[in-house]
Amino acid sequence: MSEHISPVKLYVTIWLALLVGTGLTVYAATVDLGAFNPIVALAIATTKAVLVVLFFMHVKYAHERLTKMVIVTAIFFFLILLGLSMADYGTRLWT
Amino acid sequence: MHNSPIATANHEAHENPALLHHFATEEQQKNAASLGMWIFLVTEIMFFGGMFCAYLVYRYWYFGDFGTASSSLDLTLGTVNTVVLICSSLTVAMAVRCAQVGKQKAIVVYLLLTIVLGLAFLGIKAIEYKQKFDENHVPGLAGFHLEGHIPRHPDIPVNQQHAQIYFSLYFAMTGMHALHMIIGVGLFTYLAYKASKGVYRPGYYTPLENGGLYWHFVDIVWIYLFPLLYLIDRHP
Repeated sequence: MSEHISPVKLYVTIWLALLVGTGLTVYAATVDLGAFNPIVALAIATTKAVLVVLFFMHVKYAHERLTKMVIVTAIFFFLILLGLSMADYGTRLWT
Repeated sequence: MHNSPIATANHEAHENPALLHHFATEEQQKNAASLGMWIFLVTEIMFFGGMFCAYLVYRYWYFGDFGTASSSLDLTLGTVNTVVLICSSLTVAMAVRCAQVGKQKAIVVYLLLTIVLGLAFLGIKAIEYKQKFDENHVPGLAGFHLEGHIPRHPDIPVNQQHAQIYFSLYFAMTGMHALHMIIGVGLFTYLAYKASKGVYRPGYYTPLENGGLYWHFVDIVWIYLFPLLYLIDRHP
């Protein structure tokens, strides 16, 4: 029956981490990293998203394993959408 | 027989009127509601996923034009909006926590704060849209024109058709995101009203929690939209 109640300190910490991540991604965009610019931007965005999902959306404390499976399934099919689309559109200019 | 699940369920039903008869325990009822919300969010991921996929394809094809078009957005307003949205995610998380610990007045305060932050986001977004209309950066309008050249190629001017595809995706993605925000503000107005009546308490706050899940999801969409739309070519 017990539900997880996160301490206020944790929420504030995650909030600060998200703000730092925002600052970091704006800064990283002004530095020329070549092909790594989008990779760094997406890595920071994904880190922020994972923090939101795990702590704000309480997935870290979810007892129900089905919830986690549903999330992983969604990401899996989303990546199939991107992967197979790019396998077509991304290679059309190849000779 | 005293320890059978049904006997327990009946016992709990008397203790908690929010427990529906077809669930054995409160936890099972909460898990079912949460799972249902997550499955809805999965459909939302695939909905926005289609637009992200279209973005990826055209970003790859019209790399330089997208860079120039992206840099025409107002980075300051975009960053401020990102911060506003992150703050609103915190206030929602706090509202749910207040329900968990039974601080009923604080729920309303945090929800009202969330609504204010959500409206602030929409207001800033409206200013950005206004700027784009003033600058003739709206795809499909007769006067569409984006000045400039491909990044690091001063001799190649921006292709106007490709730039319009960028702005089509920009308006489609931020527009759908803004629509979700408007729905979210409506949801929280309802939830704040209910919370002010003292409906949500430690044993029952499922609508509040699911409203929170929705809002956090909308926040995550923006977390990806911000670097993909505003930050793709800001370096010299």
